[in-house]
Amino acid sequence: MNATEALQAIPPAKLVVRSVSKSFATRRGWLPALENVSLTVNEGEFVCLVGPSGCGKSTLLNLIAGLDTPDSGELASDGQPITGTGRERMVMFQEHALFPWLDVLGNVLFGLKLKPNLTDNDRREVARHYLHLVGLERFAHAAIHELSGGMKQRVALARALAPNPRVLLMDEPFAALDAMTREQLYDDLQSIWQKRRKTILFVTHNVRESVCLGDRVILFSPNPGRILREFPVDLPRPRDINSVELAALASEITRHLKSNSPMEPPASTHPTGSIAHPHAPRTR
Amino acid sequence: MKRSLVALFFFASLIGAWQAVVAAGIYSPVLVPPPASVAEYILRALADGSLLHAASVTCQRLLLGYLIGCGLGLPLGLAAARSRSVSDTVGVLALGLQTLPSVCWVPLSLLWFGPNEGSMLFVVIMGTLWSVLIAVDSGVKNLPPIYTRAARTMGSTGLHTLVRVILPASLPYVVSGMKQGWAFAWRSLMAAEIYVTILGREGLGHLLHFGRELSAMDQVIGIMLVIVLIGLLADKLLFSPWETFLHRRWGTDRHD
Ligand SMILES: Nc1ncnc2c1ncn2[C@@H]1O[C@H](COP(=O)(O)OP(=O)(O)OP(=O)(O)O)[C@@H](O)[C@H]1O
Ligand SMILES: [Mg+2]
Repeated sequence: MNATEALQAIPPAKLVVRSVSKSFATRRGWLPALENVSLTVNEGEFVCLVGPSGCGKSTLLNLIAGLDTPDSGELASDGQPITGTGRERMVMFQEHALFPWLDVLGNVLFGLKLKPNLTDNDRREVARHYLHLVGLERFAHAAIHELSGGMKQRVALARALAPNPRVLLMDEPFAALDAMTREQLYDDLQSIWQKRRKTILFVTHNVRESVCLGDRVILFSPNPGRILREFPVDLPRPRDINSVELAALASEITRHLKSNSPMEPPASTHPTGSIAHPHAPRTR
Repeated sequence: MKRSLVALFFFASLIGAWQAVVAAGIYSPVLVPPPASVAEYILRALADGSLLHAASVTCQRLLLGYLIGCGLGLPLGLAAARSRSVSDTVGVLALGLQTLPSVCWVPLSLLWFGPNEGSMLFVVIMGTLWSVLIAVDSGVKNLPPIYTRAARTMGSTGLHTLVRVILPASLPYVVSGMKQGWAFAWRSLMAAEIYVTILGREGLGHLLHFGRELSAMDQVIGIMLVIVLIGLLADKLLFSPWETFLHRRWGTDRHD
């Protein structure tokens, strides 16, 4: 391998987060949500963020999405500073954020309709394709309130995927799903990611999930939100969430998480390695 | 089927009770005419065209004023929700004027415009405008920010967000505000029509007023029934479709 080939083999950085801090004004003063966070995500990489509740994972995702601005530090996508939202970075929010005035198909079409150079027929076809992918083709004309929590998350996934973004920012997308649907979606997400070479930043409370999906798992610690440690995951794909190697790595990460998280009582060793935290009420 | 039978039974017994009171002869038939003579009046007024003419005059005033009121209230409400200075000025004015019973506009309107169509229109607009404005304002202000944030990530900006996200998201508030505006406009128009007569343009309120002058109780009750019917019809035609839509999409209970 000569020098140029070696250079080309290094994928370019897709997302760069450099020394980013963000705090929120609350009634009890300024609350630091993120402090000096730096992170690089390469093109085509699948990175999982894990950490206890309130450690700023959603805050970081919102910053990368361009929905909020940091107090200090820089964010860049494809080498360009992030100054606002962009269609190439699609978000799947922690709360499903679907529009109740549109039916399921209308929700998936919303982003597509804002994409130029498509005929309406193309758009409908694409929307139906993604609805099929998440298994909700039959519910195209259902109202949002008629869906279960898990179905809503699947519609949100279809809505985020439909405009074919380069980067997917996913905030605990599968938290409300049953194990079986979730495992199905792990497979689907991995195959979409591999086929379409998307860059994915995935927030979760579930350590096993992060090991199953991520090339890297980044551990956050709270008060204020910081990156604690990073674990590369070198398991072959496609991965099975129930495999022994995966479980071993997950329990190692869980151990780190617990020893560094003052909010977590060390006694509770949950077999799935999921960290169940009551969601702290937000001060808005 | 069962529901309409129940309703039919209810109204039939209401008329039956009325007939019984008349038959008992406790009250003078001048004050409590039998149902048949009320029906007779309505048929007569339909036949000579006076009822249809009055109803169409009233509905024209109402619809025109209502449309203008909504046409002003909707954008002003949006502006009040989006801009602090509009909220501090027009928003406060609307809040104050909304507490004023819309009937109170009638004397002022008559003095300003004289007894003509202009004053009728003004009363209807004042009845509609403020409640629509306030409903749109509070509807938009109470929107969960997640909707506009989600829309932004999908590339929606400015006018698109306004028309495709903010307006539909606040639809439950907007519809209830428009319904309230309609009710206020309807009440104040009736007051205005009873209060003042415009020759050649007699509305339902005028017929009600003439009925009183002539002590024609059958006419008074007959017109009241027609007014009730028009109110019900407007509700079914104008608001029911929206409420059904809201019910289906939002999964909320219908508040009829
Ligand atoms: N809009 C806001 N206003 C005030 N404080 C906020 C706001 N958003 C977040 N915070 C605070 O910032 C901190 C980080 O919040 P964030 O939502 O990023 O946590 P998280 O890691 O996503 O938690 P979870 O896993 O429960 O979703 C929390 O303490 C939260 O209270
Ligand atoms: Mg979160």
